[in-house]
Amino acid sequence: MISLLLAAASAAEPSAALNIDWLGLLRTALACLSILAGLFFVLAGTLGVLRLPDFYTRLHAAGMTDTLGAELILLGLIIQSGFTQMSLKLLLVAFFLLLTSPTATHAIAYAAHKAGLEPKLGKYKAPSVDGDGS
Amino acid sequence: MEHFLGYFNLAAAFFVIISMVMMLGRLMGGPTLYDRLLAVNSFGTKTILFLCVFCFVIDRPDGVDIALLYALMNFIATIAVLKFFNYKNLGVSLLQEQMEEDS
Repeated sequence: MISLLLAAASAAEPSAALNIDWLGLLRTALACLSILAGLFFVLAGTLGVLRLPDFYTRLHAAGMTDTLGAELILLGLIIQSGFTQMSLKLLLVAFFLLLTSPTATHAIAYAAHKAGLEPKLGKYKAPSVDGDGS
Repeated sequence: MEHFLGYFNLAAAFFVIISMVMMLGRLMGGPTLYDRLLAVNSFGTKTILFLCVFCFVIDRPDGVDIALLYALMNFIATIAVLKFFNYKNLGVSLLQEQMEEDS
């Protein structure tokens, strides 16, 4: 936030000292917040896919967080680009991702269930260092 | 302001690449086929994100078209691989399969 204010002040400095572009600052702040939230969700989903014990739990982590994270990052890029042809294309990408990502997740879960992959039931035990923590 | 957004987008692309590399771990060491498929699907989503962010970094709007194409191809590839491993054949008609199940 402080660096944002400094950047806005330095950008507006040559014309006048108090002439800060508040709309541009708000747009930049919204875009940065959205992209940061999206990056958090994408990284959390990836960590969940690496760390969770079972296929279905991994599917949950990847499917949920990837959809939300991708949409948030694309929303941030749309806010950055404004009303241009590029933002229309980004909106199309977001629409197709919103349509296909849950469908693919559901298809993978259904195929695994139909193939007889059992979910892990019972109490969760953390994998030990010397054992085979599956 | 413009410089700040450029560096911010570059950092975002870097973190998306880190996420892609972490997803490769599940792709290499997934115990079942479906874990690998899940990793491939998620990797494709992150590739779309990387393309969209990176064409903002280099300031060329052509990459978004490729990202749009990749979004569609990723979905079709996942469904095709799932169908192949379910029926061991890509040419089977789903209607015929349903008729055999009903009779």
